[in-house]
Amino acid sequence: MTTELRTGEAVAPAGGIVRSPAAAVPLRTPLVRRIPWTLLVFIVMATVPWLGSRYDTFLAAQIVIDALFAVSLNLLLGTTGLVSFGHVAYFGVGAYVCGILMKTYGVPFVIAFPAAGLGAALFALVSGYFCVRLIKLYFAMLTLAFSQIVWAICYKWNSVTGGDQGVPEIPYPHLHWMLSLPGCGDLSIGDRFYLLALVLVAVSLAVVHRIVRSPFGRVLTTVRDNPERAAFLGINVRAYQLASFVVAGGFAGLAGALYGIFSRGVFADYVFWSKSAEVIIMAILGGMEFFWGPPVGAAALVWLNQAITDYTQYWPFVLGTILLILLFVFPGGIVGGLVAGFRLIQRVGRRRLSPRHA
Amino acid sequence: MSGSLVFSQFMGGLTTAMFLFLIASGLSLVFGVMRVINFAHGSFYMLGAYLAWQAVQWVQPSGGGFWLAAIFAAVAVGLLGAVVERFLFRYLYGRDELYQLLFTYALVLILGDAAKFLWGVGQLSVSAPPLLSGSVQILGTTQPLYSLFIVVIGPAIAFFGWYALNHTGVGRMVRAAQMDREMLDALGANVGTIYTGMFVFSAFLAGLSGALVTPIESIVPGMDVLIIVQAFIVVVIGGMGSFWGTFWGSVIYGEVLSFGILIFPGFSLFSVFVLMAVILIVRPWGLFGKPL
Repeated sequence: MTTELRTGEAVAPAGGIVRSPAAAVPLRTPLVRRIPWTLLVFIVMATVPWLGSRYDTFLAAQIVIDALFAVSLNLLLGTTGLVSFGHVAYFGVGAYVCGILMKTYGVPFVIAFPAAGLGAALFALVSGYFCVRLIKLYFAMLTLAFSQIVWAICYKWNSVTGGDQGVPEIPYPHLHWMLSLPGCGDLSIGDRFYLLALVLVAVSLAVVHRIVRSPFGRVLTTVRDNPERAAFLGINVRAYQLASFVVAGGFAGLAGALYGIFSRGVFADYVFWSKSAEVIIMAILGGMEFFWGPPVGAAALVWLNQAITDYTQYWPFVLGTILLILLFVFPGGIVGGLVAGFRLIQRVGRRRLSPRHA
Repeated sequence: MSGSLVFSQFMGGLTTAMFLFLIASGLSLVFGVMRVINFAHGSFYMLGAYLAWQAVQWVQPSGGGFWLAAIFAAVAVGLLGAVVERFLFRYLYGRDELYQLLFTYALVLILGDAAKFLWGVGQLSVSAPPLLSGSVQILGTTQPLYSLFIVVIGPAIAFFGWYALNHTGVGRMVRAAQMDREMLDALGANVGTIYTGMFVFSAFLAGLSGALVTPIESIVPGMDVLIIVQAFIVVVIGGMGSFWGTFWGSVIYGEVLSFGILIFPGFSLFSVFVLMAVILIVRPWGLFGKPL
């Protein structure tokens, strides 16, 4: 077990499961890989309003939104290798744009939602232009500075952002049409919004997945693993980093827009820097080397949070301890641990089957 | 703008600046020597404040009680720093920045909750020592003696630090460790002890500044995350790892904040973050630092 978070050569292709040369040409696709996991998870999540309590739906909505936020961060962290300590700025910009448009100007959700993504992407373009010029710690510091600038604006610009009062009571989108669908007649507005959020997040995740697996995404991993070599191959490293930054910012903005409606208001607290640390923890907890790591991390964190706050108010203490253990013992996160365990079983099984040992 | 108003803003800014210098100098020192950016530095400051309050409850602040409490808090935080460095920070040297930031952030979470557990979530305060509780008239403004004391102690510590770093044997070792750890190690110096010593000194300064701030600001949970961002700004402006840079960075921060309130009320916080961003964009290594 390596204790390095990232060990240079030994990094997995972003969003993918590492395949050893032997596993790359399996005799037949293993059973686990033939099950359409994503579809199953989607179906299970979609039944929560019918099968679960109102509180379950509340938790599921939080998980779904956090999952999108964490995946957008991981586009920088895991895929491009940029450590942003201010990703919450774009989440916040999206939340405020959508909230203000819907509450103050009465703009419908159909327009406010994409506008939130565009607004956040635009801000990411401007701030990212400067950030990608810096390396390592300086990059992290500048992203932190930009996010604190957003926080200061949200906190003090009373006439637009409501200052420390925030933007309360953002209306729900019009979802009456859902009631006429079969079986949906008695869903509450919260349930209906959850289903809408689930579908929007699923589509967004599919798009991000597509981006990560595209040639563009492959260039991003090249830039992560060896920027010098990438530059030598004629790749404009900064342009690719900036593109990644903008896409990540845009999707964070979409997550923020959903979160503002979900929590019935947007407040300056959402943009404080410690939230950026929280989303990084989600990505690391799940495993930033895997596409499905951050969503798993988001689910684990939301679930742990509610399970632990039943017993003690000292959730940050528990979170800090988990984080320390994670960094020391399981740097690959939950998914990394599962994959390692699964490969161990596979190796043992193959050794038993191979003729030399028979 | 009258002269006395300018002077009183200037003095207010200078008081803020000298506090920040006491805190940020430790942060900058640890970064300069060990290349670790320590989020938990703000937590040391917070613990210093709580411990000073605790000590004042034991010995009443009459006479020398406050000073005893401040020394006790600083030494206790220094000892905590020794434990943290020996058992945890050891594993951070040379790791990439994500690992360091998250690791020290975990300490922020743990220490923050430990303080809540021990001292509750209410506001606590300590009264200024009797000797310094008065005020004096300067240029038509009323200056609390305690602020003047802070304005004097800041440069005194800066001078002491500069002298120790540049004109003593220990300082020479520290500068060598900053430049080339492996070479110093190969020459037979005990780099591990130097690192521990630096870390303890930095925690001591944080604890001391936390204790000294108690007569001016009330002690509340969350003061750790608020101060650490300010300390980051100071260190970024002056240049990470640069000693005088941290001093002048503090002065610039304090005065921009102080006059910013006068010129654009409500947006002074905004102006210091913009200053941080501009410095990072134009000169990432800070006004007084050297490029890495």
